[in-house]
Amino acid sequence: MAIAATGTSSWRITIVSAIILVILAILPQIVDPYQTVLLTYGLIMAIAALGFNLLLGYTGLLSFGHSAYFGTGAYAVAFIARDLGAHSMELYIVGGMLGTLVVAAIFGFVCVRHTRIFFGILTLALSQVLWSLAFKFFWVTGGTDGIRVPYTNLTLVGGLVDFKGAGSFQRFIYAYYYYVLVLFSISTAILWVITHSPFGKALQAIRDNETRARFVGISVRRYRWIAFMISGIFTGLAGILWVPLNGLTTPDILYWPFSGEIVFMTVLGGFRSFTGPIVGAIAFNYLKTYAIASTEYWQLLLGVVLVILVMALPAGIVGTIARLAAKLRRRTK
Amino acid sequence: MTILVIQILNSFFYAAVLFLIAAGLSLIYGVMRIVNLAHGALYALGAYVSAWIVGSAVGHAVEGNLGLAGMLLLLPLGAIAIAAVGALIEPTLLRPLYRRPEEYHLLVTFGLLMILEDVMKFVFGRTPLSAGAIMDRMGSIPVGRLMYPTYNLFVVAVGLAAAIGLWAFIYRTKFGVILRATSQDRRMAAALGINVSRVYVQAFAIGCFMAGLGGAVVVPAQAAVLGLGIEVLILAFVVVVIGGLGSLQGALVGALIVSFVRTAGIQFFPEIELAVLYLIAAAVLLVRPTGLFGRA
Repeated sequence: MAIAATGTSSWRITIVSAIILVILAILPQIVDPYQTVLLTYGLIMAIAALGFNLLLGYTGLLSFGHSAYFGTGAYAVAFIARDLGAHSMELYIVGGMLGTLVVAAIFGFVCVRHTRIFFGILTLALSQVLWSLAFKFFWVTGGTDGIRVPYTNLTLVGGLVDFKGAGSFQRFIYAYYYYVLVLFSISTAILWVITHSPFGKALQAIRDNETRARFVGISVRRYRWIAFMISGIFTGLAGILWVPLNGLTTPDILYWPFSGEIVFMTVLGGFRSFTGPIVGAIAFNYLKTYAIASTEYWQLLLGVVLVILVMALPAGIVGTIARLAAKLRRRTK
Repeated sequence: MTILVIQILNSFFYAAVLFLIAAGLSLIYGVMRIVNLAHGALYALGAYVSAWIVGSAVGHAVEGNLGLAGMLLLLPLGAIAIAAVGALIEPTLLRPLYRRPEEYHLLVTFGLLMILEDVMKFVFGRTPLSAGAIMDRMGSIPVGRLMYPTYNLFVVAVGLAAAIGLWAFIYRTKFGVILRATSQDRRMAAALGINVSRVYVQAFAIGCFMAGLGGAVVVPAQAAVLGLGIEVLILAFVVVVIGGLGSLQGALVGALIVSFVRTAGIQFFPEIELAVLYLIAAAVLLVRPTGLFGRA
């Protein structure tokens, strides 16, 4: 769905996204709470994948270290909750995003000096620095046990919503779903604007032809660095939102196979389209949950899906559907 | 003093294993420009297969008849099995992707990694597998006032022999010339009548053999467990990044640097021992992206 933001089609996009949003808003009333939780996880990962795709799809840089930003967001929340004793979600978001921004700014400054495979290895190596620190400094991070962030202490919207008393888990699930949905919508809107702004077009120019972009006067490295930071912040936001829902943060989300999962879901949806990562993240989340539930060998299943995807459907779910739709349209004409 | 000698010997042991893995990774990248994320999993598979062969009925029969020498001869069978796996993987999974951007190489080898991890879980189960019998039978030699396992020295010798063997193979044989020609210019090599597809299969199989050999020599000293390959892959990356992707000397020097830093790290700064290694790799990439011995 690589729709150009021209005058006529921007109306259509607004209408379509409004319909999808209404459906997403009604869904928890229809499906059971478990599905609502799954969808919340899916939306959170969608924010991470959208942020990641600003680098892969729009700037042409494959990061194999985005676990670093997801994990920084998550650990920042855990530290704020445990060491500062704060329970406001908004405070978590502000603190976590600041933390992620610092890490992404430093790592990005280093990483954008390279492209292609060296960029990938550099992001990977730096993310593993954080992993090994979280793993080894167990008196700070709890080591493999991680840090617990129980939802019962959490307050949303500046303390207006809390989860004390009976039936609090049910209330938490629904309230948190809508909370995530709002942040997901805002993030999607912001990233949409960014990718369709002159800045976003400049990134695509860099992706398609670095030399020409430089000739036009784009300061390639600075643009890449800014894209890196934006990408990291959104992936960090996903990590922040993920912690209270998961109730725990462990070094696993900093380990490099988690970065691989973020790449996986983005490619599953299709990294050449804006909506691909959203579809991919939600689909991947369902796929993984059901694979884990149905077989001990879920990794095998996911691995086979990934290999088939790369071999047969490199355009991902959204790209393939778009191509089929285009074919159908041509036939009906 | 004795402790120092033992730490140095340990570093050489560790460097030998790391060199075997990293040399395979580097060879594959050097020839076909593929970063193989499944390389660590192939190393782990080599460890499992070797331990399984040594521990099986065949292993016991060989042990009864030929003793220690026979058991040592069984170990490389694991490496040969991994080479065979590699010869299957290259034409089926990698060959269709050479024309595609390298993102897809990373993804397909990542998928392969997930598959191999679960295949190992399925075939060998969750209990660690070891070939400790070999290490026990080799005994130990006195180092100062302490005893040091002879097997570790054997591994150092294997690493050294592999380094010399690989060097001679690449720089002193006709196949080596073909390999280097293909890695420098694939199209030109094809135009000169070299069967590039076959060279690729062979190169990938040799790379996998090295990974499998690394697993095979490590398993008498250290049991094969699930997740073994995921951890080691990043260390192998650090080695090839420091030494230079695609360089054999680089893999050797990188392995020595990494294992000595690691031994010192475990001794003096255990908390940041891994972080320091990753930071060294990042620093080398920044200052000299082609590594100490790589070419652009």
